[in-house]
Amino acid sequence: MDETSAAQSRTQAVIGRVRWDRAHQLIATHNFSLLIALAILIAIFGALRPDVFFLARNIQNIGQAIAILGVLATAQTIVIISGGLDISVGSVVGMSTVCIATVVVWTGSTTLSIAAGIAVGIVAGLVNGLIVTVGGVNAVIATLGTMAAFRGVAFIISDGQSIPIFDRDFRVIGDGRFLGVQITIWILLAVVAAFFILMRYTLAGRNIYAIGGNPVVARLAGLNNRAYQIGVYILSGATAGLAGMLLAARTGSGQPVSGSDGLELQAITAAVLGGCALTGGKGTIVGGLLGVLILGVLNNGMILTSVPTFYQMVARGVLLIAAVLIAEQQRQRYG
Amino acid sequence: MQEVTPLLEFRRVGKRFGVVHALSEVTFPVRAGEILALVGENGAGKSTLTRIMEGEYQPDTGDVVIDGAPVRLRAPVEAHAAGIRVIHQEPDIFPDLSVAENLFVGDLRRVAGIFLDRRDLAARTCALLARFGLERSLSPWTLAGALSAAHRQLLEIMRALRAGVRILALDEPTSSLTDDETKLLFSVILRLRSEGVALVYISHRMPEIRALADRVAILRDGRLVACRAIAELPEADIVHLMVGRPVSTLFDRPPTPLGEVALETRGLTTTRVRDISILVRAGEVVGLGGLMGAGRSELALAIFGQDRLMAGSVMVDGAEIRLRSPADAIAAGIGLAPEERKSQALLLMRSVAENVTLCVPDRVSRFGFLSRAAELLVANEQVERMRVKTPSLDQLVSNLSGGNQQKVVLGRWLARAPRVLILDEPTRGIDVGAKAEIYRLIAELAANGIALLVISSELPELIGLSDRILVMAAGRIVGEVPRAEATEQRVLNLAMRENLSQEAA
Repeated sequence: MDETSAAQSRTQAVIGRVRWDRAHQLIATHNFSLLIALAILIAIFGALRPDVFFLARNIQNIGQAIAILGVLATAQTIVIISGGLDISVGSVVGMSTVCIATVVVWTGSTTLSIAAGIAVGIVAGLVNGLIVTVGGVNAVIATLGTMAAFRGVAFIISDGQSIPIFDRDFRVIGDGRFLGVQITIWILLAVVAAFFILMRYTLAGRNIYAIGGNPVVARLAGLNNRAYQIGVYILSGATAGLAGMLLAARTGSGQPVSGSDGLELQAITAAVLGGCALTGGKGTIVGGLLGVLILGVLNNGMILTSVPTFYQMVARGVLLIAAVLIAEQQRQRYG
Repeated sequence: MQEVTPLLEFRRVGKRFGVVHALSEVTFPVRAGEILALVGENGAGKSTLTRIMEGEYQPDTGDVVIDGAPVRLRAPVEAHAAGIRVIHQEPDIFPDLSVAENLFVGDLRRVAGIFLDRRDLAARTCALLARFGLERSLSPWTLAGALSAAHRQLLEIMRALRAGVRILALDEPTSSLTDDETKLLFSVILRLRSEGVALVYISHRMPEIRALADRVAILRDGRLVACRAIAELPEADIVHLMVGRPVSTLFDRPPTPLGEVALETRGLTTTRVRDISILVRAGEVVGLGGLMGAGRSELALAIFGQDRLMAGSVMVDGAEIRLRSPADAIAAGIGLAPEERKSQALLLMRSVAENVTLCVPDRVSRFGFLSRAAELLVANEQVERMRVKTPSLDQLVSNLSGGNQQKVVLGRWLARAPRVLILDEPTRGIDVGAKAEIYRLIAELAANGIALLVISSELPELIGLSDRILVMAAGRIVGEVPRAEATEQRVLNLAMRENLSQEAA
């Protein structure tokens, strides 16, 4: 390339009229193919159950159903970008619901109970973060261990019982509306927006990409890898605590078994579908959200078309593996 | 030369990546029993051409012709089947398998259908080793991971030969070899030539090209600018053709006035270096010489806070710094361009702008939020200053050539205006043009009062750049050579004498 044209393109870059580089193109292509997949799913289920699928009620059902998964999956996206993995989120949701229920029953305070649920999540995230960073334990093993332990804690707190919540103020979170849309969906949108800004427009987000992409480079560039990793697990824990609040509000109870129905699996599936590389450093919040939408439509569609529950489980597992397969194919082709 | 059908021929080969023409209209033959040197600056298209040879890439236009017939190589397997092998700088070996298993992987004979026939394997391995005169230096059952770089390379060459290679390309095979190892490799290469193998030899080292090649093909910006007998081309002409402008191959940095002591270590000791006490003044370039494994990079990592200190201290501008991590070193004004650009310095999947601004968070963000305008401004400043050739600031760093990648790393530190800069092999794998620019930059930095510690295995470079040279061996400083007395011989003697006495002890 000769000097003038190089200088020209640089000037262009500086005034902001930047051509998309290959990475952005790939992300855009990936998100576009997710949109197409989503459209195909909608077309299929829409054709199979045209009477129900497009009803406002059903669409709101989907929104309600993906709210919990949505916050978990976008948080999981951040964990995976940082080079980690958090399998314990389902158990943290369970711990959070029983803590919230217990505190509501004791104090009658919605605020206190929500604070308790999120606090439990933060502590759980801190534990995960410390085991992974200070302990140097592989993230999969560490959070597999805490997944079991946190589930146990949830049973201990609740003595194995479901704790009903009758508090009206609290239940509003689950069935209330604002501007005609459920509060749970507003919460989902707020969380996703916050994560999007974090990963796209903040220094912290950029550093998380750096640490996940190459921890050695990040450390030699003066980043405090450990602090960021612990921070990411705390974020994941806190989000799981928030998801616990959504679940407790919707079901009107704190149940130690809640979140044990493969929530972590679905969250990871959505993140990987959304373009996360399990090796870290790659992925987007928008992609994660699209992954969640696909899962949500698939789940809803399978229920509407009366696919038996057991087969639904098989379908979800297959989807996770298919998502990884596709990602691997793309990695091999584009490097 | 007699006109026989060449074994391999590139006919008007072209390859594009987006808007970049990596190769266009490249045509040249490689004949059986000749060594063709392929030279060019980094980014000139050599790697793309070897990848096409190997079936990793397919040409957009033109043909690869073998024995006079165009072929389509869609994957490395097909290239191997056609008798083509490329030996890369980092050989692909299985470190946890033995020499014999590495050689015959995919062709292991069995006893009774299940058990590995170790006797047969040993016999075949010994026969192969004997063919190259390596039966004394290599044992069939040594683990490949324990071999020296040269032996790994030879291992891969032998594996290629066993599979019946007819066309062999070697990509900078000597970059991590000692002189003796290089001689050994050369004798193998010459033997292959006499056996009628067509060889493509890629290197930046002019003496090697002179010693080996029959002909030389020169690429510049993806085009073939010359393909002639080596005897017709003096060295200066080759360099001139590569760069497209005359370049002085010699470098001599004018000495600059020295300031106060900027970097000092006292009794620095880690698990890998012992009792290091050095001084570097502002405006001074101190060279760090020594053989591979002498502990030079390890010293750099210790000063930079990456390796934990067991004893000793590091001072910047006379003040001792608390060194718990690289972040502390950076805060104190130290910068490090590490030895391995790709695995230690660059975020390959991120943009040029992001890589340049990685260490200056304060300049590109406010209250934790990134400012795109500030980022582009800071990045552009360094890209202009370093003359990085990139289509845009948003280009992925992995798409740049080695020289431009190194400039990105240097730009990252210059954006911080450090007091002390440690450069570990700053010109490794970089073409002459980019080298000259990096030398110019080092001179400029020293003139601006930055203290520089430069590690290099290329002695002429070390001597040309440094005000004085510290020589390391076995994790210690074993001697100091002032600029006026610096010769390759003296530095080498110091580096090797220590090794000898160590072995004697």
